[in-house]
Amino acid sequence: MEYRLKTPIQEEAVRRLRAGDIAYLSGTLITARDEAHKKALEMHARGEKPPVNFEGNGVFHCGPIVKRVDGDWRVVAAGPTTSSRMEIFEDRFIEAFRPSLIIGKGGMGERTMRACSEYGCVYGAFTGGAALLGAQGIRRVKEVHWLEELGMPECLWVFEVEDFGPLIITIDTHGRNLTREAMDRVAAKKEAIISSLGG
Amino acid sequence: MGGLDKVLEDTAVELLRRAASELRREYVEALYKAMEKCEGSIGRAQLDAILRNIELARKSSEPICQDTGIIGFIVRVGEEFPVRASLRDILVRATRRATEEIPLRPNAVDLFKGNTGDNVGLGVPIINLELVEGDELELTAFPKGGGSSNVAAHSMITPGLGLKGVKRFVIESVARAGSLGCPPYFIGVGIGGTEDHCMLLAKKALLKPFQVRNPDPNIAALEEELLQRVNELGIGVMGLGEGPTALDLHVEAAARHPATMPVGVIMSCWALRHATAKVTREGRVHLL
Repeated sequence: MEYRLKTPIQEEAVRRLRAGDIAYLSGTLITARDEAHKKALEMHARGEKPPVNFEGNGVFHCGPIVKRVDGDWRVVAAGPTTSSRMEIFEDRFIEAFRPSLIIGKGGMGERTMRACSEYGCVYGAFTGGAALLGAQGIRRVKEVHWLEELGMPECLWVFEVEDFGPLIITIDTHGRNLTREAMDRVAAKKEAIISSLGG
Repeated sequence: MGGLDKVLEDTAVELLRRAASELRREYVEALYKAMEKCEGSIGRAQLDAILRNIELARKSSEPICQDTGIIGFIVRVGEEFPVRASLRDILVRATRRATEEIPLRPNAVDLFKGNTGDNVGLGVPIINLELVEGDELELTAFPKGGGSSNVAAHSMITPGLGLKGVKRFVIESVARAGSLGCPPYFIGVGIGGTEDHCMLLAKKALLKPFQVRNPDPNIAALEEELLQRVNELGIGVMGLGEGPTALDLHVEAAARHPATMPVGVIMSCWALRHATAKVTREGRVHLL
């Protein structure tokens, strides 16, 4: 199935999505990588709020190239970064900030899967390296936070996006994780290949 | 030599631009072929996104991927070529300019002070220098992104395990990389030398001409076998099991110590970005 999602995404719309569906996002998409996840969670632990509201919005594992043009920000390239680095944060992040859609590449693990089921969030895989296609779906930069402190790749960019995608839903709220399923098949094949090797 | 310095700097900027924004034709053709052959809709959707993205980059001369990598150069300097000691300064200036002009994402992170903001830092850009005969300089810009660098692997195999041990390690390394480094991959394997040298061999193996096998028939056979085997793993485009796992694999070898069998495996995402030019001592530039 193909879906057009608009933020804020309602929980029932999130739970309707199934692994293998293709989605396009319109609305608010906020970049966050390792440092931004860490910092936002540290603030949360101190009872402080990060400068953006993630609830119902998309979180994008992305360190974009952004350029100042006549006082405005122009997004030059914005593809996904490897999501597994955020696995150590994502379940607590989803619990604390309730985003509806995590976008990245390479898939995520058990902790994220459980949080997705529990709090109503899905993971959409965007094609790695497709940074100009990504930039095409970004209408404008609404805000930027922590730029000075964390630098261009790590800070929070708040994008307004339109039909951003294609995003392949690989983790749904029903306990499926397509990347893990594919990697389980790879592991089985690996054993067979290794046992058949000649010297 | 002021004139030649400027030519080298401009050439390095141009090579970084080309590397970032234009994928070599033979790689693009291989991706089109992969799409024709791919039966699954998820694999096709991703290959389609990749190919549309390549086309956008070629038209706009903007980076294919936002991760424009850690900047690396391989320089082959002819013994009669007049510029030597200032090469590092020239390539540092070119890196700063390319970061601003193309633009490239600033990726050089100081261990203590954070992102330097201009892709220049301690030891970066990485410069690999070779002295060769003649009076020309050959410059290759070879930026490498973080996603596929994180899945690089190194091992000192027990020599008694022989080639079988080497093959096993390569297959295990690619299986471990799985979806993480943006497959379909290009794979460079370095065997022999020392612990550090096999990694350099693996890196240089990535630059070998597409689908041209090693002139040594034993190594060529190993390349064929490993390429076939890693594709049997079925990782597929972006690790979702559909389409090719690897587009090509090269092996570079060196003699080793009898007690050691160093092996390095370095993977590149589908966007294997590099560009090369030759510069004559009179300052003529030939883009290769």
